[in-house]
This record gives sequence, C-alpha cells and structure tokens, in this order.
Amino acid sequence: MEQAMAEEVTARAAARHWPDEGWSRIPYWVYTDEALYQRELDTFFYGPTWNYVALECEVMERGSYKRSWIGERQVVVVRGNDDAIHVWENRCAHRGARVCWKNKGREDSFTCPYHQWNYALDGSLQGVPLKRGVLKKGGMPADFDNTQHGLRPLSVHVEGGSIWASFSGSPIPFDEYCGEEVLACMRRQFPGKKLRLLGYSRQLIPSNWKLYFENLKDPYHATLLHSFLITFGLWRADTQSESIPCDEGHSVMVSRNVGKKKTDAAAEIARFKEALELHDADTVTPRPEFDDGKVIAITHFPSVVIHQQANTFGMRHVIPKGTGSFELAWTFFGYEDDDEAMTRLRVRHANLYGPAGFVAMEDGEVLSESQLGVHHYGHHNAVVEMGGRETERQDHMVTEVLIRAFYKYYRRALGL
Amino acid sequence: MKQRITPLVAPVPRDSKLVSLEQEIRFLFEEVADSLDQDEVERFPGYFIDDCIYQVVSRENYAEGLPQAAIYCEGINMVRDRVIALRETQVYVARIWRHFLSGIRVTAIDQGNVHVRSNFLVTEAMSDSEPTMFLVGQYLDVLVRVGNGLRFRQRLAVYDNHHIRRSLILPV
Repeated sequence: MEQAMAEEVTARAAARHWPDEGWSRIPYWVYTDEALYQRELDTFFYGPTWNYVALECEVMERGSYKRSWIGERQVVVVRGNDDAIHVWENRCAHRGARVCWKNKGREDSFTCPYHQWNYALDGSLQGVPLKRGVLKKGGMPADFDNTQHGLRPLSVHVEGGSIWASFSGSPIPFDEYCGEEVLACMRRQFPGKKLRLLGYSRQLIPSNWKLYFENLKDPYHATLLHSFLITFGLWRADTQSESIPCDEGHSVMVSRNVGKKKTDAAAEIARFKEALELHDADTVTPRPEFDDGKVIAITHFPSVVIHQQANTFGMRHVIPKGTGSFELAWTFFGYEDDDEAMTRLRVRHANLYGPAGFVAMEDGEVLSESQLGVHHYGHHNAVVEMGGRETERQDHMVTEVLIRAFYKYYRRALGL
Repeated sequence: MKQRITPLVAPVPRDSKLVSLEQEIRFLFEEVADSLDQDEVERFPGYFIDDCIYQVVSRENYAEGLPQAAIYCEGINMVRDRVIALRETQVYVARIWRHFLSGIRVTAIDQGNVHVRSNFLVTEAMSDSEPTMFLVGQYLDVLVRVGNGLRFRQRLAVYDNHHIRRSLILPV
C-alpha cells in the first residue's frame, strides 16, 4: 500500500503534475527540470517581456558599450551616434561568432574579428570585405543586401537611467509590463537624476535562478536569518512594512530603517544580538534620504532585483546558467549629484551586499544548500503557507505571500 | 572616502638590504596567510595600522577605478568589524581555505612606504567535496615600519576571477 502510494506520487511528479494544494506548494522539479528550463528561457527571457541590461551611466559616451546578458544570450548595449541606446545580439550575422570581445569599451564601429564584417553602432551591417571579390573572382552574389544582414537588434526602453531590452519586436508596453506599483517604486529611486556607477560584484551561485527571486520575495527569512538586518534595525518584523505581489511575476517589499532597539518581538528572534556592537557604526547607520522613510526592494521578473537599503543602491542582475546555477551580477550606484559624504556611505553600506556582504553572503549559502536539498527530490514539495494560503497584499513581513503569488503567475504563464 | 594608494614601481637597489627586507616581508605574508588558514582570524587586524585600507576587490572594479569592493574597509575598525561579524553573526557552511603565495616583490620604497606586489591563490574545500581553486589574484600592498615590525597601510587583494563562486566568507 505504502509502496503503491509512493509510486503514484512519483508518477505525478514525473508527469509534471502540480500538487493539488496549488500555489501553497512548490514541486522541487521546478528547480531541476531541463525541458522546463528551456521553456522558462523562451517565455520569460526571450519572449515579449522586458529584461534589465545596464545603466546609462555605464555607457556615457557615444560608441561606449557594455556586454550584458538576457537569459543565456549575450547582448551588447551601445550608445549610438544619435545618443540613443542600442542593444543587439553579440553574434555575427555571418557565421555566428561573437563580434564584441571585451566586457566594456568604446568603438567607432564593430568589426567581427573572423571575416571583418563591419557593423555600425546600431548593429546595421556597413561593410563586407571582398564583397566584390578579387580580380573579378569570388565575392558575394550581386543581390546580397547589407540591410538584411545586420546584427539582430532588440527593442529598448530607458527608464530613469536604467536600460531595458526585449527580444520581441512588439513587446508588452514597458509601463504595462511593470505595472503601477512597480513603476511608482522605480520612479521613486530613478526619478531621472543622473546616476553614478560605484562598482560591480559578480557571484556564481550554484542554485536554480528562481530561488533567488523567491529569496527576495521572502521577507520572513530576512527577519530570522540575517543578524545584521535584525540587530541594527535595517529590516525587522516589528516595523511597519508591506508585502505587495504584482503582475508578471514582480513584487515589492517595503520596510523602514529603525535603528538598533530591543522590543519584546525582537527578543524572540534568536539572531537579534543585543550585545553586538560594531567598532565603526557608520557601516549600519544610514543618512535619511527618501521623504517617505521607506526601504524598498523590487523584484522585477525575470531579470533583476533592485535594492535600496541603508544608503546602498544596487541592480542585482539574475543571469541563469542552466537549471542549477546562475550568475548574480551586482551593479552598485548612486546619484551623480551625491556629495562626497553620501558616496562614502553608499560604498560602505555596500558591505552588506555582494558575495562577502554581511547580509548577502548568507543568501548565497542558503540558496546553494537549497539546491543541494531539492536535487533528486522532484516528488517532494516546498510548503509556503506563512501568512496564509492566499495571494493578496499584506501589511507585514511574516509571510510567503509573494512566493505564492509568483507561482500563481508562473503556472499560468507556462500552463502548468 | 579614502582613495586607494596607487602602487609605485621605481628602481630599488638590489642589495643585501633589499634581500633581507624581502625576506622579512615574505615571513610576514606567510604568517598572515597561515593565521587565516588556521582559523585565527582574530589576529588579522593586528597586521594593519589604524589608518589603513583593506579591500578584496575585483580586477574589474580596480582597473576601472570604481570604489566599491567585495570587502571594503577603511580604517582598522572596519577590519575589526569583519572579524566580529564572522564570529558573532554570519551563517555559512564551514569549509577549509588555504592560501598559496608567490612572486613577492618590492616594487618601490617611497618615504617609508614599501610597495609590494605578489600573487595569491586560495583553495576552498567544502566538507563533502574536493578542494577547488577559489580565488586567484594579486596583492598590491603598502607596508610601513612600526617599531620592529612591518604593518599594512594598504592591502588590496585584487582578484582575477570573473565570479566569486557561492560566497566569500573569510578575508583574503
């Protein structure tokens, strides 16, 4: 009997049948299934969605460029002669070699090193060497049309200094794709002021890429795991907060920096370290910056988490590398008109994040261990019932509502 | 914000004084690496002067002159706080790291500042798998004499890795 039930469970998992409980369960096969991964790439990364690729302050001058990623495909972000931003696939229209071989730089035009096909900054084909042959021999057919053989361009949207691209020629309009709530939060942090690049961190985390989004849809863990956030009042369950699920897989988490204080609720949290004192308190002491006093993390599905915590700002670009691994590319930035003291605080507070971050280090660890845990347990499920079983917004952080809302969307998008 | 000190390269007479200085530096670097490998991280701040810079920074940020670093400390208190965080708060899977040093070379001596360049390689072994090459790069150091010993005015661990795999737990 037990054996028969176990076989039934295994068969349903093998058939990718979602558990009957619905979005309060996550079957572990979503983190390991290769065919599903390919569908995720096609649907979320290569579909009519918008993916974050760069900040404008990384490509300030005409001809300056940066290589970036959408899913597993590399793209190049270039500022054109007309000052407009162009994004094209880094794949020569001739034989498929990468055209651009450096992560960042500046060029007047791009020449594929293989056969020297030359492209303008916007990706259009300008020249093919030996097009007319040599000594009247060889060369391209007379009807070869350069305009038909450019680098594949992507649709581009620039929002307050952040650059977004879509493989679709007719993507969902950007505002509509973000939705009102996400857009309002983005415009709060990207009001159109010029940005200043402060640096990068790159991690390769051996876990499925979705686990990262779930981590940033899980304020519950942050109140328990991260001593730094709890102890220094940067993110605590006993502060005024919100968990807001949004359309298209996005969500917003809102809290407040309240400083170090002991309350009854804090005393229940094992990792609240009352005795913990830093020698240099600046690392955890923000300068007030936004009138609303809020700390906001936006998960902009499927490509980026945008954080504002203390005085650090970051784009956490999620770049999937197969089912069991993803690159997390952090871009830290501030505003161009920040004074010296603010830039100093932004760089100091970045110690909370990145691969060695007082906070983020712990996420790298738990995500890696989660992937190891779910591996080969496709017939088991995660239980996400904290804060109930529904998917409506909540005015607290002791909840997994954002994860439930995400899987509600995910199942519909992939027909699962 | 304290700016990184640009490493100097200037002719240094290759005499017996330099040989003994390089020997002293080698001894210091191996002691620092050994203390980290032996999980005696509490000793780490003692190798710095108060007004120090310590960073573990990607080559990408370093080459572009971007201030952010994976581990960013200005002043010895921030170095001490790294130790406190590691011991008191951080949640991570235990593993063993091992430093390998090579090519230690004094590149300039300028007004009491000894500029030193060297290579590092750090392996990492989780408790259930083989060691992997975790981090490779170059130390760009500025040492000053304090009493009988040398201490770091600046230690930059500039790593060549494009990614840090998983997390960077310990100072390098």
